Amino acid sequence: MKRAVAVATLLAALALPAAATAADCPKTTLADIEDEVMCSICGTPLGLAADAPQAQRERAYIERLIADCRSKDQIKRALVAQFGEAVLALPGDAGDDNGIEDVLVYVIPAIGIVLAAGGIAFAATRWRRRPTSGAAGPAGDSTRVDVDMERYDL
Amino acid sequence: MRRLLAPLPIAVLAAVVALVALLAYGLASNEPERGVERALIAGGREPAPDVDLPRLEGNGNGSLADYRGHVVVLNFWASWCDPCRAESPLLQRWHERLDKQGATVLGVDVQDISGDALDFVSEYGLTYPMLRDGPGDIRDDFGILGLPETFVIDRRGRVAAVARGPVDDEFMRKQVAPLLKERA
Repeated sequence: MKRAVAVATLLAALALPAAATAADCPKTTLADIEDEVMCSICGTPLGLAADAPQAQRERAYIERLIADCRSKDQIKRALVAQFGEAVLALPGDAGDDNGIEDVLVYVIPAIGIVLAAGGIAFAATRWRRRPTSGAAGPAGDSTRVDVDMERYDL
Repeated sequence: MRRLLAPLPIAVLAAVVALVALLAYGLASNEPERGVERALIAGGREPAPDVDLPRLEGNGNGSLADYRGHVVVLNFWASWCDPCRAESPLLQRWHERLDKQGATVLGVDVQDISGDALDFVSEYGLTYPMLRDGPGDIRDDFGILGLPETFVIDRRGRVAAVARGPVDDEFMRKQVAPLLKERA
């Protein structure tokens, strides 16, 4: 029994540092990062730049950093250090606290879309409600027939 | 005619015009800078755009102005660019020749991972000075669309020749060697 307890204690002692290391190593994935960063020379998000040589190097660099236990934010900062802030695909990723531009990037298009949709809806409603010249009803039709009949000398 | 003046067709027309205008603006703003070539075709030389960038090794900045009075073969490259691999040994050979005659090759590593670039320099034994432009901002100044591209700059800081693509011995002999005889 004593021997079993000693073995269990030894195993637990061995397992603890490994567990601690795993907790210290914030695992992220390439797939998680590559949609949020750009392949700067391709001008597209890294996830869409399949075969571009620069994209492949960038992926390899990210994978090295993941293997080095870097968090997603640390990896993004490392990419910014290499390629500048243009490497970040999402506005607001730069980490500056006073980034009103980052908010406006989302707000202005939303306002534009709402205004455009409202304008089109308003125009469509007015257009549909407008009386058309040919829709005068049965009375209008009979008047027109009378006028036509008068034109022909029957 | 009246039907055409209704609000909906006008709104659709306005949207189409706006989209076409946006497309035209996008195409026009992506037009690369080709002033250097135009000047060369006209028989003139344009002053080279200013270059002031961090050194690849990380020890401060370097600029084109540091080489005023020298002929500079300004080569834009990246470690992920295959044609750059092909031309690097040739540039190194020419640098060794030029170095004794008041001229140099100056490399600019563009949109590259600095560790990969340093490995590249070590692999090819490149001894000429290297600058680094990680974001690639300098590409617009020189109208660079692809890599490698090389600009030959005379002793007065003017662009005397351009190679949009890898250079070869013939280019170096015809475009660089004559400049060595010119005075600053």
